[in-house]
Amino acid sequence: MANKIPRVPVREQNPAVRATNFEEVCLGYNLEEATLEASRCLNCKNPRCMAACPVGIKIPQFIEALKVGDVAAAADIIAQDSSLPSICGRVCPQESQCEGSCILGIKGESVAIGKLERYVGDWRLSNPKEAEVAASNGKKVAVVGSGPAGLACASDLAKMGYSVTVFEALHEVGGVLVYGIPEFRLPKKGVVAKEIESVRRLGVKFETDVIVGRTVTIDSLMDEEGFDAVFVGSGAGLPRFMGIEGENLNGVLSANEFLTRANLMRAYDEQYDTPIYVGQRVVVVGGGNVAMDAVRTAKRLGAEATIVYRRSEAELPARVEEVHHAKEEGIEFRMLTNPTRVLGNEQGWVTGLNCVEMELGEPDASGRRSPIEKAGSDFTVACDVVIMALGTSPNPLIASTTDNLETNRRGCIVADENGATSRPGVFAGGDTVTGAATVILAMGAGRKAAKAIDEYLR
Amino acid sequence: MVEILSREMLAENIWQTVVYAPRIAKSAKPGQFIIVRADERGERIPLTIADYDAEKGTVTMVTQALGLSTRKIVSKGVGEHFADVAGPLGRPSDFVHETMEELQRKRFVFVAGGVGTAPVYPQVKWLKEHGVEVDVIIGAKTKDMLIYTEQMRAVASNLYIATDDGSEGFHGLVTALLEKLITEQGKSYDCCVAIGPMIMMKFVTLTAKKFNLPCIVSLNALMVDGTGMCGACRVTIAGKTKFTCVDGPEFNAYDVDFDEAMRRQGMYRTQEQRALAIAREREQGHKCNIGLDK
Ligand SMILES: Cc1cc2nc3c(=O)[nH]c(=O)nc-3n(C[C@H](O)[C@H](O)[C@H](O)COP(=O)(O)OP(=O)(O)OC[C@H]3O[C@@H](n4cnc5c(N)ncnc54)[C@H](O)[C@@H]3O)c2cc1C
Ligand code: FES
Repeated sequence: MANKIPRVPVREQNPAVRATNFEEVCLGYNLEEATLEASRCLNCKNPRCMAACPVGIKIPQFIEALKVGDVAAAADIIAQDSSLPSICGRVCPQESQCEGSCILGIKGESVAIGKLERYVGDWRLSNPKEAEVAASNGKKVAVVGSGPAGLACASDLAKMGYSVTVFEALHEVGGVLVYGIPEFRLPKKGVVAKEIESVRRLGVKFETDVIVGRTVTIDSLMDEEGFDAVFVGSGAGLPRFMGIEGENLNGVLSANEFLTRANLMRAYDEQYDTPIYVGQRVVVVGGGNVAMDAVRTAKRLGAEATIVYRRSEAELPARVEEVHHAKEEGIEFRMLTNPTRVLGNEQGWVTGLNCVEMELGEPDASGRRSPIEKAGSDFTVACDVVIMALGTSPNPLIASTTDNLETNRRGCIVADENGATSRPGVFAGGDTVTGAATVILAMGAGRKAAKAIDEYLR
Repeated sequence: MVEILSREMLAENIWQTVVYAPRIAKSAKPGQFIIVRADERGERIPLTIADYDAEKGTVTMVTQALGLSTRKIVSKGVGEHFADVAGPLGRPSDFVHETMEELQRKRFVFVAGGVGTAPVYPQVKWLKEHGVEVDVIIGAKTKDMLIYTEQMRAVASNLYIATDDGSEGFHGLVTALLEKLITEQGKSYDCCVAIGPMIMMKFVTLTAKKFNLPCIVSLNALMVDGTGMCGACRVTIAGKTKFTCVDGPEFNAYDVDFDEAMRRQGMYRTQEQRALAIAREREQGHKCNIGLDK
């Protein structure tokens, strides 16, 4: 019988303290807490959580193993479907996936599936297991990009006996996991580096500072360097701007720039040379995870920080937990507000953001009610820095330097559900195919493509 | 890690460094640049490519040591390593895509200022190798600050030198020299390429305009990734926002908003000065006592 206790609270850093440091906010469960929380699971015959998981993790099964404290078995069960549990446990939008479908959530609180997954994932990172690697089959596969899609594809292929080289444009491996998502949400040394290390242990080679399309091309990799197939997991890194007046003033930047300076380039650490500027007051435009990460980073760097979002709180696309944490940390939220112009002084530095109030109209194509401007509602928010977190699209570099690689209207590489593109031998998956999405979907796409590549090369 | 094969001081604070980077050497084309990170804690610094040799696998860069990061770059000696060198980045110069017939009919004049002389060199060299006649103007404050004059003489049809103080060649600015060549020496050109400090490129553009001479400039915007990911390198070209690192670095000079570009270069100036001051203090071995490291 399931234990009818309330959801076991997870330990977190005190909001007032954590708003001034970059250590992880959520401290996670220990074994005792994890087993207790696991005991709440009803082990449904028809597990709705599992159906709602984008990669179909056998959730009730791994939780059953946890109930009896068999963490190793739980880890093995998760590993069948996910290669990055300690990461997904931290960053998946559980409220709209597994936990959002949990029966317990209808009347009370759902099982903390994400926190349990994280516990199991972290346990595996500290208790690594020798992976079974097939004998080398002599075939070479190139993986472009080292985000979750590339990492997942590379590790599955390596296990099947392929010789895999990952080419990464930046100087560090990990994609958004290192340049985008901040340390306080996803520790780099403690989690991301360990996941990458486990991929390295499988024999996967990493070459950083290689920009495919510039340093090499897909064709040169296949024709000159002898790669039998290529997986493109190059993400959706191109930032969007609003196109409003004053957007090129000093002090307006993309969330990608701001977060890259802070995370990849460690601007918050005095030991690093990277400059970063927050001034007294930062306004972040947008309502997704990227906006939350930017605004909370700005706060930690000492600025007063505000979110400006054109719809209402109910439409915020960010994970619920991030919005909750941001509020606890003293972030100001200005909903139903849309910027119209960035104001600057004579030297060309930002002094404020002109906005209008919005109200919600009819639902649009995305099903969300579309915001409409309230006439005559102009007002100004004073600030020194404006960070645009309006979404990103795939970088056209690879498509534009690879003949016959089909892309769609939004610049995404066209691939079927197994990742096959219009070019034989070239597969793609993750954000570069879907547009900016989630870690778990990218990971899932990388794994599917690995299977398809194996079938293609066999 | 990228090995440094040679290092040489060309003028005060201006250094030439040759590294072993075979993939970049093989793919590089005139007009492109690289990003260098001196060490694990360094910034990603964009530097134009001064030369490349696909056979030897070498890439040459010329760096003016101004801030903390460029000082780190020039302080690395032979046998030492840079943490990272990535490239080639940006679009190659437009002329690379023109047909030989088109090209050989054209008369090019390159206007190079200061360290901007280095990236002009591979362009002129490429054109020379393809049988195109090129005139080059090199400008510097004074004779001692001139770089790459010998290399350039070997590939340019005519080399003209201008110094602000008249210590070598023409006494005055490159713009005055360009104007003189056209009005007094009867030179006529079909394309001007200016690479140097932003202010110089702005004025070369104005001069070229007077003669209806098409003009191209190579912008040295602030960058982080150099691959189109951050938008730090935004410039306004013909009223539209472009990313210097992927849409450039070369643009039609008439379309560039130079004033905005110059302003945007100063985005992190105060912080860079502060970082440099702290580094100097640390070098001198005492703790900063005016609170700069707080
Ligand atoms: C700030 C931020 C916060 C986010 N928060 C969450 C969250 O909480 N939960 C969640 O599920 N998702 C979140 N996401 C989205 C998630 O990170 C992405 O969906 C996921 O990382 C996509 O994985 P990917 O492997 O497709 O691409 P990426 O992680 O983007 O990796 C692509 C890699 O390819 C490299 N690359 C690109 N072009 C080239 C080239 N030409 N040659 C070589 N290498 C190249 C890039 O440098 C990069 O390293 C967030 C994204 C951001 C930016
Ligand atoms: S340097 Fe980041 S987009 Fe150009």
